[in-house]
Amino acid sequence: MNDALPKWADIALIPLLNLTLALIVSGLVVGFIGEDPFEVLSLLIEGAVGSADGWSYTLYYATNFIFTGLGVAVAFHARLFNIGGEGQAMLGGLGVALALLYVPWPHWSLALLAAMTGAALFGAAWAAIPAWLQARRGSHIVITTIMFNFIASALMVYLLSRVLLVPGAGGSPETARFAAATNLPAIGDLYALMGWGCVERPIASVCRAPLNIAFLLALLAGFAVWALLWRTRLGYEIRAFGHSEPAALYAGISPTKIIMVAMLISGGLCGLMAINAVMGEAERLVIDPVQGAGFVGIAVALMGRSHPIGICLAALLFGMLYQGGGYVEFDIPAISREMILVIQALVILFTGALDNMVRAPMEALFLNRRRPEPALPTSATRSDGDPKERKVEP
Amino acid sequence: MSRAAPRDEGDAALAIELRGISKSFGPVQANRDISIEVRRGTIHGIIGENGAGKSTLMSILYGFYRADAGEILIGGRRTEIPDSQAAIDAGIGMVFQHFKLVENFTVLENVILGAEDGRLLKPSLAKARRLLKQLADDYEMDVDPEAVIEELGVGQQQRVEILKALYREADILILDEPTGVLTPAEADHLFRILRGLRDEGKTIILITHKLREIMEITDSVSVMRRGEMTATVPTAETSPEELAELMVGRKVLLRVDKAPARPGDVVLEVRDLRVVDEQKVERLRGIDLTIRAGEILGIAGVSGNGQSELLEVLGGYANGTGSIRMNGQEIDLTGTASDARTRRARGIAHVPEDRQREGLVMDYRAWENVAFGYHSDPRFSSGLFMDHAAMRADCDDKMRRFDVRPPDPTLAAKNFSGGNQQKIVLAREIERNPDLLLIGQPTRGVDIGAIEFIHEQIVALRDQGKAILLVSVELDEIMALSDRIAVMFDGRIMGERLPGETDQRELGLLMAGMAGAAA
Repeated sequence: MNDALPKWADIALIPLLNLTLALIVSGLVVGFIGEDPFEVLSLLIEGAVGSADGWSYTLYYATNFIFTGLGVAVAFHARLFNIGGEGQAMLGGLGVALALLYVPWPHWSLALLAAMTGAALFGAAWAAIPAWLQARRGSHIVITTIMFNFIASALMVYLLSRVLLVPGAGGSPETARFAAATNLPAIGDLYALMGWGCVERPIASVCRAPLNIAFLLALLAGFAVWALLWRTRLGYEIRAFGHSEPAALYAGISPTKIIMVAMLISGGLCGLMAINAVMGEAERLVIDPVQGAGFVGIAVALMGRSHPIGICLAALLFGMLYQGGGYVEFDIPAISREMILVIQALVILFTGALDNMVRAPMEALFLNRRRPEPALPTSATRSDGDPKERKVEP
Repeated sequence: MSRAAPRDEGDAALAIELRGISKSFGPVQANRDISIEVRRGTIHGIIGENGAGKSTLMSILYGFYRADAGEILIGGRRTEIPDSQAAIDAGIGMVFQHFKLVENFTVLENVILGAEDGRLLKPSLAKARRLLKQLADDYEMDVDPEAVIEELGVGQQQRVEILKALYREADILILDEPTGVLTPAEADHLFRILRGLRDEGKTIILITHKLREIMEITDSVSVMRRGEMTATVPTAETSPEELAELMVGRKVLLRVDKAPARPGDVVLEVRDLRVVDEQKVERLRGIDLTIRAGEILGIAGVSGNGQSELLEVLGGYANGTGSIRMNGQEIDLTGTASDARTRRARGIAHVPEDRQREGLVMDYRAWENVAFGYHSDPRFSSGLFMDHAAMRADCDDKMRRFDVRPPDPTLAAKNFSGGNQQKIVLAREIERNPDLLLIGQPTRGVDIGAIEFIHEQIVALRDQGKAILLVSVELDEIMALSDRIAVMFDGRIMGERLPGETDQRELGLLMAGMAGAAA
């Protein structure tokens, strides 16, 4: 939507440049600890997408990030910064567990519907309180959602160690396994069905990979978010409010309604992440089922320009970093878990926070290239062509 | 002048000479090969529509931008102006449209800010105090040096800006749209000050879009259009009509043709309307007014005297108390039934004062904006979904009939000029056939060509028997369009006049809050 850049540059070139910069700096860091950056990179790619095993893990992680990325993006469109995806996804996990532990579901499809309802409701409810505080009390949503992450975390510890703990489970704070009937079809089931063999590898095997049907749900959710934002009246109102609150008031759009609805949808989507991680992978509720996916969702939404297609691509990238990172860690012990976190953090830093560092010079470059074109008098910028007046996309 | 050139590169009798200045921002050529000569000790006007390049040119002169090509001569000497400090050193002072004063500093502190003589403030303050006293005697610029800026009126704040420039020993004073926030009396006072400064040998450049001011005060005038300087003429040898034609590039009707109003039934009746803002300041202090079908009620006043709040509360998005009756029926002022959507349902359309902040979503495309505020209409949405085809068709239609240029519905609102943005808003609001149209600053930031069109549309709507509430800070516009004029000051209506039976002077006194004097 930025005029200074052609669309392809905005959605493809800039993220690629950001990513390249992040990889260069990561390479320097890897070099500093005496490892070969190119070897690390090629191992990372090999581990992430070099085999069916790698792919299936990568897509499993990507599924988590699509859900949280979409959640953060819906809030973004209403100019709300939802940092609470982590807590909302934890509560989503609680919703899944409650829906699956106490009802003997005859088939996984019914169980899935119930679990989705539980996940979305609990995630939305956890977002509802900060949303209400923002809409009615003006408490800043960034602060309240962060604090709700801590509360969610404490709540999970309490519930898992005191309330939902299985008697005699050896003290590990987790619930009982969900009934086998509720287990979601995973990629291994597809392999078995088709009669494909799978190779057992040290850290990844497609037959044990957690990639499951929730991946398709995530893609569906992406389509639903696109339709919501760009096709429905509610989406029209959410985006209008996000662009300009005074304009929304002028048009009779209630800020309270938009803040509440956008945050409920956002929290619901983050909560749905638990379908993949809790119902699909762990098949029980563990102490930290989210593992940072709520925060990665922020980076994914930023990098994906809050558009579902961009979010899916960015989620895939972060899925590769997660899976490939684990692979590198296994092969090169010097590249520890913390090193992988550093690389991921650099990608987040460059694609999210430092985006304008690349964007501004690129805009200048494209403007200069287009200079020979005759200026349309009617499209001349307002107020005597003062470039400071030009709106910059948030 | 002490800075007179040792090497004579130009005519030293010229305070400023610009030669072939060009500046472009990407594809937009804001200034194209501009040359201009301003003689020392004169008042030189620069007139042009919004977007003509006036402000860019002055920004180059003041060091905010660097020209792509061309040279600047100050007092006959070629001068590089890379930043505003260089401009100040060259003797140029600038008074911006939006003042750059520290609100909680005193006048003295503001005057010396950035020009302190040393690390201790006391000697600088003493020097400034002496100078201020002298200037007050010389040019009627009496401002209390110890007053805090936020307690001063806008006219006085503007004088502080001029004093700041003079304290920095400016020989050339540039004023950007200086009368936009002033009452007619304050504007007269400003002009007296400017004449006094000119007679002392200072050079003054006045940027404005008001033809009347050009004719009244300048010695010579340059006209800009689309980044080019189309003419420079001595003011005595030109006329407003000729200047308007030079600005727009074609003949322009400066007067509004309209038949006498034929008022019908009362449409809007407002009684004791009060609005208290978030800082607990009462912005409207009991407004009473009535508008009948087929008439235009003009609200005159200096901006910030409650006009915005009046429009907002009538439009449904500010809270007020009192009574508003629309076609004889009471309107809810609080609760869920009081928002802009329900007002529209009651037949109130609203062209807001700030179209870029309220009237349009600047990042939305034109076709998305034509439904804005009416997006729940069955025409534009069925069930949950918006009907994009209907919105595009409607936008095509409106753009054609309101001559929006370029007629491209997929362009974002921010890419249209001010006049074309206003046409989009006006088309949207008028087309809904409202009983009452609220319209604020209909031609602010709008080019002269479009002003004519917009005025015609307002009068045509009146002639269809609609009631119109017009708020404008342009007294000329109020006088030309209104069938009755109410003047607002400090949240109250100071009086009502008929346009044929009053004049600028009387309205000006009312705008300044002097009800008794004007009676």
